[in-house]
Amino acid sequence: MIQDKIFNKTLLIIATLFLLLILGIFITLIIFSLPSWQEFGLSFLWQTEWNPVRNEFGALPFIVGTLLTSFIALFLCAPFSLSLSFFLGEYCKKGVFFQTLKGGIELLAGIPSIIYGFWGFFVLVPQIRRFQLYLIDLRMRTETGSIQEKLLEALEIVPYGVGILAAALILSIMIIPFAASLGQEVISMVPQDLKEAAYSLGATRFEVIKKVIFPHARSGILAGIFLALGRALGETMAVTMVIGNRNILTWNILNPANTMASLIANEFPEASDPIHLASIIQVGLWLFIVTFIINLCGKLIIHKMNYKE
Amino acid sequence: MRKIVILFLSIFILVQSTKAYGTELIGAGATFPYPFLSQVFNIYHRETGTRVNYQAIGSGGGVNQIINRTVDFAGTDAYLTETQLQQAEKNVLHIPIILGAVVVSYNLPENPQLNLTGEILADIYLGNITRWDDDRIKELNPDQSLPALPILAAYRSDGSGTTFIFSDYLCKVSSEWEKEVGKGTSLRWQTGLGGRGNPGVAGLLTEIPGTIGYLERNYANQSNLPVASLKNKAGHFVAPTTHSISQAAEVDLPPHNRVSITNSEAKEAYPICGFTWIIVYEEQKYGRRTPERAQTLAQLLEWLIKHAQEYAVSLDYSPLPPSARENALNLIYSMTYDGKTLIEGTPNHNP
Repeated sequence: MIQDKIFNKTLLIIATLFLLLILGIFITLIIFSLPSWQEFGLSFLWQTEWNPVRNEFGALPFIVGTLLTSFIALFLCAPFSLSLSFFLGEYCKKGVFFQTLKGGIELLAGIPSIIYGFWGFFVLVPQIRRFQLYLIDLRMRTETGSIQEKLLEALEIVPYGVGILAAALILSIMIIPFAASLGQEVISMVPQDLKEAAYSLGATRFEVIKKVIFPHARSGILAGIFLALGRALGETMAVTMVIGNRNILTWNILNPANTMASLIANEFPEASDPIHLASIIQVGLWLFIVTFIINLCGKLIIHKMNYKE
Repeated sequence: MRKIVILFLSIFILVQSTKAYGTELIGAGATFPYPFLSQVFNIYHRETGTRVNYQAIGSGGGVNQIINRTVDFAGTDAYLTETQLQQAEKNVLHIPIILGAVVVSYNLPENPQLNLTGEILADIYLGNITRWDDDRIKELNPDQSLPALPILAAYRSDGSGTTFIFSDYLCKVSSEWEKEVGKGTSLRWQTGLGGRGNPGVAGLLTEIPGTIGYLERNYANQSNLPVASLKNKAGHFVAPTTHSISQAAEVDLPPHNRVSITNSEAKEAYPICGFTWIIVYEEQKYGRRTPERAQTLAQLLEWLIKHAQEYAVSLDYSPLPPSARENALNLIYSMTYDGKTLIEGTPNHNP
């Protein structure tokens, strides 16, 4: 009896401590960013100027950069991670090929982000630059006044290679393993008798996936995708290496930009002016809040999507 | 189990053995002088037994730590701002240690040797000059064939002393730069791409044709990147060499040495140079510092100026010229503990 009580209490204390830790981090961020709150108020969120020399700070370019790169990465990663989860969870559940593929995914998840950054910078970025040069060439060749020409003109392409697109591509590769392995777990956990019942009614394999497995596993699959999104939002090193680090607001995915995490990593070590430092910490606070909100939305969607008997 | 015990024992012994070696001085700050400092601190440890632990966390971090009085000294490439001086409360000394330079590199077909001026650099980074075959660049390099390439300006995305020295120079030569951008360790860049650290800028330089970028001289030398000669204040085109950088400090220096030497008036000087300083408090009695600790620090600084300068050249830094050494020693001899001078000396007798 007494043992049980002690055990229960210990678990409760540790769980509460963990909650306090999160709250503590949140409060620390607020306290250390106070000077910047006093200076800019809420306008910090929509100001687009980031000028450490004149002490003018606004976070919008970085919020946009973070959301653009993460969501593009999410859309790019979804088809691949879904296919992988269905393939490994349903079609190829054991054997050498399964082990190799599964091991490969785990390896991909374990590669340090700086390696992705290097690969992106030396392999992916030159390819994107070639694509941009091709687009510029195309603009030269299309007849003046045509819609294609105006469209290409509007993109204002400069062949940098680095930019939002490069960052999103790298991120999508980095987050595929997270979404895929969780998806595979939940798909392989769909009860065998449910599937067998469907087969015995004459359903084809595709119908079983569509009508039995997917409804059963969709909330888990979504949870995996949101886990992946969370990782994309906070990724720093790989993004910094390929995004171009330009602190100016842009919506064009071929342009260089910057994300919240990358800005913090870049400017924090040398920031000594109190307002500059507080503004960087406030960017950190908003990264925290954005991640929290997106996770909350994820929870709501997963709850809505939950399979009801 | 036994393995764990042995592990803990060995860690314990290791910790104890470092303690046994008398005082350990702690410093933090700029990454720029780190290769030099770590080498000479090693030599100093061999010669005197005093350990010096220098953490290259960046100038800003170093300055914050000296203001919070958690380190014995800070290393920085940018002298303290008025706000920082006020935060420090007590008087701090800027002791020059070595000279560094920022070089301008580029990626062009066959990499010709280019001549550039500060005004042109400012206009490139402002976005006013956008092509390599611009008339103003052609005029300075009549013998070189300049390609019809757009210019891509690469800058340091991380806050850095290199950016401070570079922008300080551009402020002196271009009023438009001073008005639009200003100087600092992080700037609001008008055009171009940011690379993280020297390797990041060098990466952009080697990967994208038509890029221009600024780097620490040692990094550019070690990577064999082409560097431009710049027009100095006296009107000569000067390449960055150990000599031309040392020359930049051959000017009248104020006794406090809190001074920028970019765009130096000296005839043979390379224009984008700067001191790397070690920052200490003039009055060493603060917190729980012992007089021995203060004494050890002053001796270390004296040794850096008198005996360590020779190591600078082999690491692509430039030693202080005699006038700056004198200046540095005067500052070191003004350090006190509880009002008493730590090292008696006159720099003129010990050049």
